[in-house]
Amino acid sequence: MSNRPMKSRQVNVYPRFERFWHWTQMALIFFLLFTGFAIHGLHHLIPFKPAVMLHTIAALLLLTVWIFVTFWLFTTGTWRQFLPRIKGMIPVARFYAFGVFKGEEHPYHKTMWRKLNPLQAATYFAVKWFIFPAIWGSGLLYLTYNFWDGIPNSGFWITLVANLHLLAAFAILSFVIVHVYLLTIGDGFRKHVQPMVTGFDDVALTPEQEAYLEQNEPWRLKG
Amino acid sequence: MLSRMRLAVAILGFGLAAATPTFAETVQTGAVPPPPAPASVAKASVANTSTADHSKFEILQKAFASGPEVTAACLTCHTEADDEIMHSIHFQWSYESQSGQTLGKRNVINSFCGSVSSNEPRCTSCHAGYGWDDMAEAPPAQETAADCLACHDRTGQYTKTATGAGHPPLAPVKPGTLTITGAAAWPVDLAKAAQSVGMPGRDNCGNCHFYGGGGDNVKHGDLSSALYEPPLEVDVHMSPDGENMTCSTCHVEEQHQWAGSRYDVIAADHPDIAPGGPRETASCESCHSETPHEALSLDGMKLNDHTDVLACQTCHIPEFARGGAPTKTLWDWSTAGRLDETGKPIVESDWISPTTGEHFHTYMSKKGDFDWGEDVVPYYAWFDGHVEYTLPGQTLDPDQVVEINRITGDAEDGVSRIWPFKRMAGRQPFDSGNNTLVATHIWGPTTDTAFWTNFDWAKSVEAGMAAMGADYSGEYGFIDTQMYWPITHMVAPAEDAVRCAACHAQEGRLVGLAGIYMPGSNPNSIVGILGVLMVLATFLGVLGHGLLRLVSRKKGGSHE
Repeated sequence: MSNRPMKSRQVNVYPRFERFWHWTQMALIFFLLFTGFAIHGLHHLIPFKPAVMLHTIAALLLLTVWIFVTFWLFTTGTWRQFLPRIKGMIPVARFYAFGVFKGEEHPYHKTMWRKLNPLQAATYFAVKWFIFPAIWGSGLLYLTYNFWDGIPNSGFWITLVANLHLLAAFAILSFVIVHVYLLTIGDGFRKHVQPMVTGFDDVALTPEQEAYLEQNEPWRLKG
Repeated sequence: MLSRMRLAVAILGFGLAAATPTFAETVQTGAVPPPPAPASVAKASVANTSTADHSKFEILQKAFASGPEVTAACLTCHTEADDEIMHSIHFQWSYESQSGQTLGKRNVINSFCGSVSSNEPRCTSCHAGYGWDDMAEAPPAQETAADCLACHDRTGQYTKTATGAGHPPLAPVKPGTLTITGAAAWPVDLAKAAQSVGMPGRDNCGNCHFYGGGGDNVKHGDLSSALYEPPLEVDVHMSPDGENMTCSTCHVEEQHQWAGSRYDVIAADHPDIAPGGPRETASCESCHSETPHEALSLDGMKLNDHTDVLACQTCHIPEFARGGAPTKTLWDWSTAGRLDETGKPIVESDWISPTTGEHFHTYMSKKGDFDWGEDVVPYYAWFDGHVEYTLPGQTLDPDQVVEINRITGDAEDGVSRIWPFKRMAGRQPFDSGNNTLVATHIWGPTTDTAFWTNFDWAKSVEAGMAAMGADYSGEYGFIDTQMYWPITHMVAPAEDAVRCAACHAQEGRLVGLAGIYMPGSNPNSIVGILGVLMVLATFLGVLGHGLLRLVSRKKGGSHE
């Protein structure tokens, strides 16, 4: 692939459903963090009981969105985008650690089937395979405590579940902070957010890919 | 105001002058007229399921000269009733508890009036029988010693005198006689009472149980005169505006044995509540089930999550001593006996009810210092239902606060739940030589040993211990005590239940109770702090990274 001339084109890489998913998820995650930290007692901007109710409703909504997303990821094959690869990770890591300060260009260029840079993919992999399952698993166990409170030492287990849930929430907040910050690197915040709004981003296309898109999916190309 | 009072006096005067002979009779005997029948009678708070009209029974259509005479008439039909009642705690005042102790009024010493021993005709005025005047003896055994009317009179005018070992005041009533509720006594019409009998109303139970400890709500905190006709917000079950239940609606009875005891509490009931299922316990769950909240709502599901660790009462009785009758929260006997300069007993009434503005005793030479509480937030503790008393003769640790009754339980035992309690603070005499609690001879107007007559603790303790037949070193002191009263009455409407945030907050109501995870109660837990640190570190890292980028860009490193 590398010995062929690549051409950068504006390609629709985030279809409508993916954008809807992303922004719904963002809103719900912020809401869950807000209500969740109220339940934990970190702030009192919303009283305890409405916080619990709204937290539960938001969680169930997000869970519903996720069920659709999972289905979508697997039927469209988009799940492959999130597979982590070691290859190319070190240059990206080196870039964030040093290169960025020297004004170097980001070493990764988006291709059709790799929207995410290796570090991004690895991060999302960790988020999707460890942190999200932790928050969902603990959250559902927390919510359904009624059904298993009869087990021995349920007081201990609920404490464990609750603390895992809490820790995962803090991890997600940390992720959000880094995620938003990284948008400011390189081409700037606006330029980075835009694709998730319009769907279009600069993608390096092989001549074959370009020809395919022009022939079969012209609506995915711009300009 | 004054003129209105004069007018009232004038009208009263006219009324007396124009009084009928019956009125004149009561004036002659110096007694007061009986109170009007309580509204609970008028409103028929007890469903009349009887197929017999007792006023039609000839045997009840005569003038009765005493309580036992009425009982004799009752027994002609209810042949087993005396046997049943005489085997009940109401008559025996003795109870074999699951913890293996013999409890009951006959055996325990509490932090209120102390002991029944040596104070019999006063304390046994509330005995469900007639003539028990010596605790050293078993209660009277003759069948007519059972008092049927105390529980079954439905006229509301049957009562017992405060010092008569269970007998009612009968004409002529000696002036100054009081009833068991502390009211000026009136002559009871026994025939009227006998012809009225029915299942007990709130008044029948309340006339004794609301006045434990010597006055309205003094002892329990959740049993007061407010429950005769409680407003809905005081008690949803017993309010005429609510379910209008009687005590025995929950305290179900079989052969004069009642469900529900604070000596052996069912801390967590797992009843079969299928329609037609047995109702043998006085627990909330026996009617409401273990998942009483709306199962199909988020709110209800979450609340049902709580029923394994919280007794229903913990949320649904937000405060006790509601409805205007305060409860005694502290009783310090050690200061009793202080007299004024003329040698007369002192009475101070410096506690003012926040709801009624009424004054309550804060010091009495006869009783010592008091404190009171109204709308009191309970003390909460894990409770497995077992209660162990510090019984007479048991050695206590004089350096510790003595727990008159110890409540046990924890989060892990599988039977305990968190219960609300009234925690009574006391300071009372003890045998400082043997380190035991002591019986005290308090009441005895004609003795030279009763404390209320002679204000001499040495004599009082010695006489009390002698009456109980207990070993006494001859040395007494005063010791701090604590006593726990499970709170289970005065259930508030659902909307007045304890708010989530009352517990789910730092320093919330359940602070310090081990074994439960309570979101919101400890935002600074280890995991909470770890999490905040993680977020903080991320934020600082990002900030540092950004700053470095800014600084390096100024050096001309930007690619833009």
